[in-house]
Amino acid sequence: MALALMTAPASLTLSANHASAAPRAVQYTLDNGMEVVVIPDHRAPVVQHMVWYRVGSSDEERGKSGIAHFLEHLMFKGTEKLGPGQFSKIIARNGGQDNAFTSNDSTAFFQAVAKDRLELVMGMEADRMVNLKLDVKQVETERSVILEERRSRVENDPGAQLDEQLRATMYQNHPYHMPVIGWFHEMATLNREDAFKYYHRYYAPNNAILVVAGDVEPEDVLKLAKQAYGKLPANPAALRAARPIEPPAVAPRRVEMVDARAGQATLVRQYPAPCYAKAKPGEAEALDLLLKILSGGSTSRLYKALVVDQKIASSIEGGYSGEALDGGRIALYGVAADGVKLADLETAADKVIAEVIANGVTPKELESARSQYIASYVYESDGIGALARRYGWGLVNGQTIADIEDWPNRLRAVTAADIKAAAATYLVAKASVTGWLQQPVEIAPAKKS
Amino acid sequence: MSSSRRPLDLLPTLTAFVLTTSFLLSPGIANAMKIQNVKSPGGIEAWLVEEHALPLLTLQFGFSGGSSQDPVERAGIANFLTSMLDEGAGDLKSEAFQEQEQLLAAKMRFEASRDSFTGTFQTLTVNRDKSADLLALAINKPRFDADAVDRMRRQMLASIQFESKDPEKVAEQAWFETAYAGHPYGRPVIGTTSSVTAVVPADLEAYRSRVFARDTLKVAVVGDIDAATLGGLLDKVFGGLAAKAQLQPVEAVDPTGGPTQKLIEMDIPQSVATFGQVGMKRKDPDFIAAFMLNYIIGGGGFASRLMDQVREKRGLAYSVYSYIQPLQRSSIYMGGVATKTEGMDKSLEVIRAELARMAADGPTDEELADAKQYLTGSYALNFTSSSAISGQLLGLQMQDLPIDYVDTRNAKVTAVSIEDIRRVAKKMLRPDQLIVTVVGKAMKAGVAQN
Repeated sequence: MALALMTAPASLTLSANHASAAPRAVQYTLDNGMEVVVIPDHRAPVVQHMVWYRVGSSDEERGKSGIAHFLEHLMFKGTEKLGPGQFSKIIARNGGQDNAFTSNDSTAFFQAVAKDRLELVMGMEADRMVNLKLDVKQVETERSVILEERRSRVENDPGAQLDEQLRATMYQNHPYHMPVIGWFHEMATLNREDAFKYYHRYYAPNNAILVVAGDVEPEDVLKLAKQAYGKLPANPAALRAARPIEPPAVAPRRVEMVDARAGQATLVRQYPAPCYAKAKPGEAEALDLLLKILSGGSTSRLYKALVVDQKIASSIEGGYSGEALDGGRIALYGVAADGVKLADLETAADKVIAEVIANGVTPKELESARSQYIASYVYESDGIGALARRYGWGLVNGQTIADIEDWPNRLRAVTAADIKAAAATYLVAKASVTGWLQQPVEIAPAKKS
Repeated sequence: MSSSRRPLDLLPTLTAFVLTTSFLLSPGIANAMKIQNVKSPGGIEAWLVEEHALPLLTLQFGFSGGSSQDPVERAGIANFLTSMLDEGAGDLKSEAFQEQEQLLAAKMRFEASRDSFTGTFQTLTVNRDKSADLLALAINKPRFDADAVDRMRRQMLASIQFESKDPEKVAEQAWFETAYAGHPYGRPVIGTTSSVTAVVPADLEAYRSRVFARDTLKVAVVGDIDAATLGGLLDKVFGGLAAKAQLQPVEAVDPTGGPTQKLIEMDIPQSVATFGQVGMKRKDPDFIAAFMLNYIIGGGGFASRLMDQVREKRGLAYSVYSYIQPLQRSSIYMGGVATKTEGMDKSLEVIRAELARMAADGPTDEELADAKQYLTGSYALNFTSSSAISGQLLGLQMQDLPIDYVDTRNAKVTAVSIEDIRRVAKKMLRPDQLIVTVVGKAMKAGVAQN
């Protein structure tokens, strides 16, 4: 307590000024409905250019899992104007770097380039928004690539397999139960027609957000955006349908996985939670702070109880992720100390969780968590890639620019009572999903060196 | 969860390398970014870039050493030490130290490689003095309390367990054990179950007092601070260290034992291979040409031949890459590929053929021109945040490159001719001497065991 009284107020007050020192965004909408967001940051003569589509794996047709991510790969296969693979080669020849990613709710393509190449990059990105060209042979070869990607990310990693199982178990009706990369057997059947169907349906300027961060002036970006993207026709049918809604949870669920490839035994506990855009005012912020206090780092409740005091876990981590369109997730991960049974670790973790539900958090814990998060907003502002992602994630998941920039202030308003209420509402056994991952008992970890 | 097209996350070593050997500074960067050589009143030197746009500061530092300075029976001690510096220091026990660190929103993390022990420290300007006090304690007066040592030991042992099941880690460590048998570079940076089990607090202090010293210290600072203020901070944090490190000599060595191909059996659907051979030393005048050659073979993502042949043309893999890893006392040209069990023979055949083709013919004029354009044009992208810039500046210092390196490097890269690259390709590439370690299932025909 003494420590908190001495240090926290000072760092908090000043952090307020610091958060306001972070760059701020300017927003426009083109006539065809495409949103444009510019975050000026003049420290280096470079820009981060991103196009975010409001569509992701959770919008896939049943039986076509993986098509969102597959199309993301195929977007590099050329257009009427550009040969296969030329997109990335041209970016590289211009000293740029490019990549893309797919999530449940969105798909994004991005490039980092010198600022005088922004026009070139915009022209290429606009071109492939509407002029994609796919050849059957290339689609087949790329399908082999995504299957190898799945083997690397999932099949070769029992921890990732468990996570996939937990997701499929937590969501019983909402398509969040599907892996972003897709199920292997469905990915293996995806073809050119599937890709085009998805592309023509969803890829359109009125379903996209342009985010540019870096050494630019907003009006200049707007002018370039009008030239490159403004002429593309809107597609009123591009907007996604609402997804099926998850029914209330009635029973806790468990997934117990035994795999010789497991390292030390691992416990996972997850709970569904609201996402930032759909939570009641202050609730998502309270969840961020709650999970920091419960599981974020070596001064957290769970770490202190299970790793430091009881010594039954070798590590504990966790957090709340609220950057999603339809729902967020609380996830806790614990690695059992050698020889400790997962059942014992789980019981001990549940006691810590019950304690925070019953008695809430201390003012000192709240101030520490708050000052770290407010500082993280400043740290994250130190880089145009992170800045562009901050705004892209927020907007594509239903927040406004005001919401995004006001986050540090809303954190300041959270009280200990808010956190206690969030704990009681969301750390609910009935809605929980618990995962175990361990080696078969017969060949329990022989110590080797 | 998200899935990305390009396996950037699979290329940590490449990233680290690019960090320290990116060449070209566009005039814009060079003009905008002024690197000052700051010398503190106590004689500690640092490279500083002042950047006052945000109220924060990043300081990165490094000592020579790393796991190559681990005593043989204490393999992993440098890595162990990275976890112990913020586990209590001075009068603050572990919990009190970390509560302070979090309340101040300061960040410190430490890392050990084969050749170095490095640290990264970030603080908000408002908390700078108090945060620097904590860093000074961590570096000069870590407590190594028995309970904290045991707690970190449990984490180290768990990591060793996890790494022993991770195909990429297993393939890479098997490669180093093969290529550097009997040499410190052959030992796992993370240590072994028995070596980590044996660690006592005195081992950690012995390593710290031997390696943390002013004569090998390099410091890079970027952010909201001026030279005079930094001088005081440097003396506070580093001024109390020993003047001279007591390093064990590490013998200069080339990777040996090729050609060989080893299979480590693991029941996984996708096999993972690490391949490598002798590379090019950092101080060799041909290093830049070799670095550019690697960009063309396997370092340039979708611009590279390996990606084109293995992934784009054949769909054999999601990830295939190569890089040059210059160590202080050696150098490696190495790479990796991951493919379904039955695809491994073919993938390795294609990779060997590409290396042989490049050794025989070199790159095309167009490939060289593209490489120059990328490497020159993309340099500015390494300077877009305080931590990126300080990482660059520390990397240059750790490789003993001069402070004006960023200005002179441009001309050096542009000067590399097609003849230079052909000569270096012929000299360096030895596909017939490749050391390959594969983790996965045996094939019917088997991965040949030589």
